[in-house]
Amino acid sequence: MDNKKGIKKTTASLFLFTVFMFGFGYGLVPLYDVFCKITGLNGKTIRVTENINREVIVSDRLIKVQFDANINGDLPWTLKPNQRIMRVQPGKFYEAVYTVKNIKDKDIVGQAIPSVSPQIASLYFKKAECFCFVNQLLKAGETKEMVVRFEVDKDLPEDVEELTLSYTFFRVKKVASIN
Amino acid sequence: MSTLAHDDHHDHKPTGFKRWFFSTNHKDIGTLYLIFALTMFFVGGAMAMIIRAELFQPGLQFVDPQFYNSMVTVHALIMIFGAVMPAGVGLANWMIPLMIGAPDMALPRMNNMSFWILPFAFALLLSTLFMDGGAPAGGWTMYPPLVLQTGDAFPFLIFAVHFLGISSIMGAINIIATVFNMRAPGMTLMQMPLFVWTWVITSFLLIASLPVLAGGVTMLLTDKYFGTSFFDAAGGGDPVLFQHIFWFFGHPEVYILALPAFGIVSQIIPAFARKPLFGYASMVYATASIAILSFFVWAHHMFTVGLPIKGELFFMYATMLIAVPTGVKVFNWIATMWKGSMTFETPMLFSVAFVILFTIGGFSGLMLGITPVDFQYHDTYFVVAHFHYVLLTGAIFALMAAAYYWLPKWTGNMYDERLGKIHFWLSLISSNVLFFPQHFLGLAGMPRRIPDYNIQFADFNMISSIGGFAYGITQLLFVYIVIKCAMGGKRARARSWEGAKGLEWEVPSPAPFHTFETPPKLTKKVLEGLY
Repeated sequence: MDNKKGIKKTTASLFLFTVFMFGFGYGLVPLYDVFCKITGLNGKTIRVTENINREVIVSDRLIKVQFDANINGDLPWTLKPNQRIMRVQPGKFYEAVYTVKNIKDKDIVGQAIPSVSPQIASLYFKKAECFCFVNQLLKAGETKEMVVRFEVDKDLPEDVEELTLSYTFFRVKKVASIN
Repeated sequence: MSTLAHDDHHDHKPTGFKRWFFSTNHKDIGTLYLIFALTMFFVGGAMAMIIRAELFQPGLQFVDPQFYNSMVTVHALIMIFGAVMPAGVGLANWMIPLMIGAPDMALPRMNNMSFWILPFAFALLLSTLFMDGGAPAGGWTMYPPLVLQTGDAFPFLIFAVHFLGISSIMGAINIIATVFNMRAPGMTLMQMPLFVWTWVITSFLLIASLPVLAGGVTMLLTDKYFGTSFFDAAGGGDPVLFQHIFWFFGHPEVYILALPAFGIVSQIIPAFARKPLFGYASMVYATASIAILSFFVWAHHMFTVGLPIKGELFFMYATMLIAVPTGVKVFNWIATMWKGSMTFETPMLFSVAFVILFTIGGFSGLMLGITPVDFQYHDTYFVVAHFHYVLLTGAIFALMAAAYYWLPKWTGNMYDERLGKIHFWLSLISSNVLFFPQHFLGLAGMPRRIPDYNIQFADFNMISSIGGFAYGITQLLFVYIVIKCAMGGKRARARSWEGAKGLEWEVPSPAPFHTFETPPKLTKKVLEGLY
């Protein structure tokens, strides 16, 4: 009855299972990213390299793109899109401009995080150039115009007629470059 | 029986400091767990009293909002990790070896360690009350970015959670190792008492879910101090990810709190209905289904974070699905009582109340599981009412039932039945006065975790607070009953309850320090009585 070998075996395998589940917790981080990428959850947009020589197939649909801007927390910046609305043809690259201003007399680094809604549209929103690709340093009182060059993919589902591109600027405490 | 009586003769045990601090005896460690849980129940209860005092009237009366939020946060952590879980583990320690005919737990030294980690973990957590910036106040769910604003208390919170997790995992490994390897010869898994079954399943939930929480809070720690960006949007992370990780742990956790309670009432109801448990096998399978399903419903806690519609539908349907095995269990408890020769001693009263009130909590849970209506109920007092019905009138009532049921076995004396009944009726009435009005408050839109409220909520809050104070004072009566029982009273027989079945009633009362050093013979009569 007092099965010493069995106890050792059970204990060891349960201990391994515990370690595995701890790893699984960390595994959820990349899993979540992959899941978001596939489903467009999170509204994260796609980064592409623009091929100038490609054949441009432009759809005759007109998609309404709205631009939105936010500042997170106590970051002393103002952020405004220069255009509130653009009507774009899928398959063609456009440029939109945002104006950002540092209203504090101190240099600050910020990072813009994009989000597209509806979520499904984020899978078809491609950016060749964006101020959100890198950290932005604004000198004390500096004003900057920043460009985003984007294309709405021609395969955008039929029922999506308008979408919103939103940026939120976060203060960067630890400077690191992200995509 | 001759082998059992033999045990009495060499019932020698260490004394004093050595007995309790170095103990490797499952009964002593069980007692330590139970006393610790009761102590924490009162510490957490005192915090609840502060919360209800503040909410007695609209406006700010007694405490400042920051401290109020600390109370809400620490009350939850203490009640979950300090009261309900250790009480369950304490019962498991005491009863599982007795129920399966084993001499002790499989890993007695680890058993000692898993208990003695607890006081240190709670010393860490409670010490934050005296720190600059106060105790953690971001809610027990520790959502970033809010929790990252916690002051000096932050690392204490994280390490306390780590220690609590380690303690629970060690306890869980011990229980599974005991049950899988040390059952009396001839006892198959499907002959184990249901309390043992629910604890085996709970242990698997603990081992599968707590390490994930440990990982999540470690990410919080590195986000704050070591420059990682798991949950920091500016660094490419996502705060919503934490909610996924947390509730991947958090939903199994609610069954970790509830399943042992299911096991307890599955022992008690047959004893006082004098009928075998109805549908034993279906009970086991229902418990296992609940446990497995609990890993696929976590996002019903986060319907309002912006899930895709398909995700919301999936988690809504999966949540509804859990009602099926839970319904099986409730049906079986009622069918066990059906046409039974029922008597209503205190353990039975608490168990019957558990069945009714847990079901009410289950129904409000179903309401919350419906995505569209959850958008209205989310983060309101309706949620508070829901989880207190399943945790207080659910889990705690079952733990009280267990305490009354097995006190004669532990102390060798019968408790004062008249006082026990008074304790039950006062608890029943006061807890309903306390929590039922909170349903109405929530439906009317009163948010949780806020120390002040609109004047329209004043009456129900006052009623709720009166119920709260009454419930709090009533529990002092429980302490008196337990102490009185431990000091003396009517001698308990080995089988303290006429209808009680199972191996734990084959040993004398109080249970000797060493039991089943030679395994019991499982005659047909004994086996029939097991479940």
